[in-house]
Amino acid sequence: MEVLYFAWVRERIGLPRETVETSAETVEELVEELRAREERYAAAFADISALRVALDQELTDFDAPLAGVREVAFFPPMTGG
Amino acid sequence: MRIQVQEDIFDPGAVLTDFSAGRTDMGAVVTFTGVVRDTGDRQLQAMEIEHYPGMTEAALTSIAERAVERWSLGDVLVIHRHGHLVPGEVIMMVATAARHRRDAFEAADFLMDYLKSRAPFWKREVTSDGDASWVEAKDDDEAALERW
Repeated sequence: MEVLYFAWVRERIGLPRETVETSAETVEELVEELRAREERYAAAFADISALRVALDQELTDFDAPLAGVREVAFFPPMTGG
Repeated sequence: MRIQVQEDIFDPGAVLTDFSAGRTDMGAVVTFTGVVRDTGDRQLQAMEIEHYPGMTEAALTSIAERAVERWSLGDVLVIHRHGHLVPGEVIMMVATAARHRRDAFEAADFLMDYLKSRAPFWKREVTSDGDASWVEAKDDDEAALERW
């Protein structure tokens, strides 16, 4: 699946997007896998209460299932307006 | 309904004229325009706005659709910019048209509350000393959603 990062999450990880092969069943499991990869991922995902997640461009929660999902995005709380 | 996400600057007056033109059944038009503000104490040089292409348009459309379902509106407009903006420049605008003012005011207020915390934009402030920092979401902004 495609994993996208925005704002300071993108800066910490150093990538705007990447393709990830995963068997994670939920967002939380995917986060665990990413955290275990490298320090920069661990830093970006240190506190998920400071993050938001969207699946196929819809906001959701970290316990949401990943079945059938093509695009996951991680970002800080939004600051529009 | 008109939803626009763009990098280019726009003229809110011209947008309002166009939005209001050709309708005789709307007694009230409310607009809100957000402007890049220099906070004074640390000399804002620019505001950089990042967004999530695709989701941004979908989120704004869904927020506008909720407003249309809830209030009696003739039309809704949302324009939001991204990219590099300088103090004094317009960031975004919402406009609502309704037969009566209460619907137009409340829907505009709702749209602003929702697009502050539910539309995927992230602001970064660049100050004259070259420092750049992401604007943090305020607890108040999240709490404002509970009004609706």
